[in-house]
Amino acid sequence: MYPFSFVTAPSTREALAAGRRGGRYIAGGTTLVDLMRETVERPGTLVDISRLPLRDITVIERGGLRIGALVTMSDAAAHRKVRTLYPVVAQALELSASAQLRNMATIGGNIMQRTRCTYFRDVTATCNKREPGTGCAAQEGFHRTHAILGTSEECVATHPSDVAVAFAALEARVHLLGPDGQRTVPFADFLLRPGDTPNREQALHQGELITAVEVPAYPRPLRSGYLKVRDRQSYEFALTSAAVALHVRGGVIREAKVAAGGVGTVPWKLPAVEEALIGERPSERLWARAAGSAADGARPLTHNRFKVELLQRTVERQLRIVGDST
Amino acid sequence: MSPQPQAAVGAPLSRVDGRLKVTGRAKYAADHKPDGPDGVVHAVVVDSGIARGRITGIDTGAAEAEPGVLKVIHHRNAPTLPYGPNPGSLNLPGQRLRVFQDDQVHFHGQPVAVVVATTLEAAQHAASLVKLDYAVEPSETDLAEAPATGDPVTYTRGDAEAALQSADVRLEMTYRPARNHHNAMELHATVAQWDGDRLTLWDKTQWVQSPRAELAANFGIPAANIRVVSPFVGGAFGNAARAWPHLTVAALAARETGHPVKLVLTRRQLYSGVGYRPAYEYKVRLGSDRRGQLSAMTHELRGETSRYERFSERGVLAPGQMLYTTPHVSQTYRTVALDVNTPTPMRGPGYSTAAFPIESAMDELAHELGIDPIELRRRNEPENDQASGRPFSTRRLRECYTVGAREFGWSRRDPRPRSTRDGDRLIGTGMATAVYDTLRAPGQAGVRLDADGTAVIESSTSDMGPGTYTSMTQVAADALGLTVRNVTFRLGDTNMPTAPLHGGSLTMASVGSIVQDGCDKVRQQAIRLAVEDEDSPLSGADPDTVVVRGGRLHLKDDPARGETYRRLLARNDLTRLEAMGSWTPGQSRSSMYAYGAVFAEVAVDARLGLVRVRRMLGVFDAGRIISPKLADSQAIGAMVGGIGMALLEHTVTDHRDGRIVNANLADYLVPVNADVTGLKAIYVEGRDDEADPLGVKGLGEVVVVGVAPAIANAVFHATGRRVRDLPITAESLL
Repeated sequence: MYPFSFVTAPSTREALAAGRRGGRYIAGGTTLVDLMRETVERPGTLVDISRLPLRDITVIERGGLRIGALVTMSDAAAHRKVRTLYPVVAQALELSASAQLRNMATIGGNIMQRTRCTYFRDVTATCNKREPGTGCAAQEGFHRTHAILGTSEECVATHPSDVAVAFAALEARVHLLGPDGQRTVPFADFLLRPGDTPNREQALHQGELITAVEVPAYPRPLRSGYLKVRDRQSYEFALTSAAVALHVRGGVIREAKVAAGGVGTVPWKLPAVEEALIGERPSERLWARAAGSAADGARPLTHNRFKVELLQRTVERQLRIVGDST
Repeated sequence: MSPQPQAAVGAPLSRVDGRLKVTGRAKYAADHKPDGPDGVVHAVVVDSGIARGRITGIDTGAAEAEPGVLKVIHHRNAPTLPYGPNPGSLNLPGQRLRVFQDDQVHFHGQPVAVVVATTLEAAQHAASLVKLDYAVEPSETDLAEAPATGDPVTYTRGDAEAALQSADVRLEMTYRPARNHHNAMELHATVAQWDGDRLTLWDKTQWVQSPRAELAANFGIPAANIRVVSPFVGGAFGNAARAWPHLTVAALAARETGHPVKLVLTRRQLYSGVGYRPAYEYKVRLGSDRRGQLSAMTHELRGETSRYERFSERGVLAPGQMLYTTPHVSQTYRTVALDVNTPTPMRGPGYSTAAFPIESAMDELAHELGIDPIELRRRNEPENDQASGRPFSTRRLRECYTVGAREFGWSRRDPRPRSTRDGDRLIGTGMATAVYDTLRAPGQAGVRLDADGTAVIESSTSDMGPGTYTSMTQVAADALGLTVRNVTFRLGDTNMPTAPLHGGSLTMASVGSIVQDGCDKVRQQAIRLAVEDEDSPLSGADPDTVVVRGGRLHLKDDPARGETYRRLLARNDLTRLEAMGSWTPGQSRSSMYAYGAVFAEVAVDARLGLVRVRRMLGVFDAGRIISPKLADSQAIGAMVGGIGMALLEHTVTDHRDGRIVNANLADYLVPVNADVTGLKAIYVEGRDDEADPLGVKGLGEVVVVGVAPAIANAVFHATGRRVRDLPITAESLL
């Protein structure tokens, strides 16, 4: 680990000042410290933001939720409003990591977490995300768990978060506070596809701080859920996953929000699947037809080719699980 | 002498060291010698970043400039070490890796330098600053691509080719079990301290003699100058038997810096710094008649080894020779030298690897012929060991099948693949046979009975997890006629009487018999003392009629007549009674193996390809069971390991540069609690008196052997899909 200095921010104002000077924010530290140990991350200054007042979950207009950036994963998953209003969020959180990690990791940190690509995490391998211009070892290497969607010549690493998939499906908004004040970024614009700058992962300005993630209100009843497909039954990242939310009224699907995880360089929103569902009546055939487009545009590699089929089946399964409960 | 009543042996005793372990007071290798002014300095190994070639430059300037760094040692400044011969060790044919003795790189992750610093953090950081240049040579790390090297190991019985030609049914399949790493919870760690030319090593080891002999040879000093201490081992599964190169690195760093040195390999470094269960390609051909009577089996194996040493394991051939009645057998075992580090035995060594192809092939034959898999095995149950021609000492395999089938509910099984569904899941059951050598080895144990009626027994064996402390305490307690709490067993120190390697399931049989011998001797001393003592209530009694219970000697048929050890010793002014226990296994006329039948039920998500083990049952013929609770711990732990082997564990190498890409526990998957529900073990009753005085055959290895094929067979039954490559992952079932 490279030497670093550590400051605790007593207030948001001081945190922002430290951030503007190049400090890296740290809350639970469950990703950042690991990566520092591997010397993948080498921050000069860590700014501890864990004392900032960003730990509230509040209900906003007509049933939306605002989840403070420093709410831990376990607290968010256990929150009554999260569980009743957005089961997909609670489930995605509970299927992530381990209980110990969920007790430490925060919502803001979760969506900031970096890829599990083994070459990214091994400083002796080439990686455009870690060291731009050095090349991508994964494309010709071992890439069973890598992305099939949103990839570029430069990078095929997946975004590892589960709850980010739920946020993407629900079209959440990320609240940011920076030197120039507050702003709100749609989730779809917050996490960046690699393109030719895979080292840039979020649409954050220097020193900007995530203050909350806001999940918008939806017509009720809204049924939702998260399915995670993985080799072992706990403590593992997704091979594929699906976040689904459906609003059915009068036997017809009026709203459909669907995103996939484990397959994209960012959480992968599936508008074509959503469109195929809107205005239709739930049926086995509908789930299959809608899910059929889930992997459209996929560019698989040798070892992750199976994800194309698996993604469609995962989405189909989760449409059925959520759809049958409506 | 009168046989001692059995009170402790057979009781479901909890681990005698359990409290120490759960309260963090058990001292593992890295817990010895804390930091501080008189404490240790820290060594961190720098690994090679290429698989083959030479080091052409090494820049240690930045590392040496870091505060706290004492020294960076590498091939350009390291002293030449004698590296003398080390006969009788676990070293292999070839030339063992010699640390920092030349510029050659033999595998990715080879130790090429070590940084020694006053703090661990300084050493770690400085190690990351060492810059190496290489002349890279093309490397080959892919078993599938490389040619075999050296002469094959072969075995022939009858004429397998001719028998195959004339067989009614012929099957030919190739199976590929993946490379697995042991991944014990405890990292490999050692603390080395020199005092003149005497060396003390606090080490993680299954055999304190092993590092002692290796470091004596490597440094050219007498073995007597080296003391190795290893009271606790946090899991090993075979990987702490051989003395690996980092021990020499630690001792060298300590000698060069003049400080005691602590060296802990990182999890990543375990994938190249110590051994692993090699990958194999295993081609099976079998011929049988329509009733399933085997006539011929051929086994063609290719297994990984390094270029600098030739690793081979007998266990990979044994089951193919003796498990089933097969008149014609042909085996060819080739090793393939690659630019990798050397493999090493891993739980159920060889047998667990061979069981996957053999037991899968038997299942394939059963399906082909429409015969129940258990019935097929019964029809091929041999009357004696066809490899050696010897009778079996004990072989209760038929009983394992019967008990297992009954307890598992095998008769309710619909044999047709894909016949059982539960919602989205296909349900299947499968079984496999397990077998493992009954190994025994000589050794010694010191037994001391003190005047206060407590006993201490010492032997330099190890406890890597099976519960040696506990089981030896039980054996000693009964042999001495003491309660368990008055017996202390100590292990893991070369200053103690010599014990054999703690591995190969030989500890209970061997050290148990040794401990029993020493305790018997002490008890008999006491009995003789009593019957010859005019002041003893037992005066004049026939020694053969005296037993000891709860620390009190008495006539077997008249418990009122007797006295305690304490009174006997006090009256005779004795502070202690002592004896050296020993046992040497004799030449056996029999073929001795432990056996088992393993049953698995899996649920396979038909569309998503995910396999989940719902329940498993193992029924084992391991001879007498000394400690049932420990036995369950062994058996269930092995099922967990076997589930990993079947469904999850796979060391992945990037063949472009020989890098292991999943060298951590997030990417190298082992089962977690959610994966291991419903595991149960049963032991069929019975002693094996030919094996050893205790009547045990060994348990820790056999329990892993049939697990992977039982699961693979269950997956076939569930899905109709035969997967011949391990691990079985979603993509093979989509």
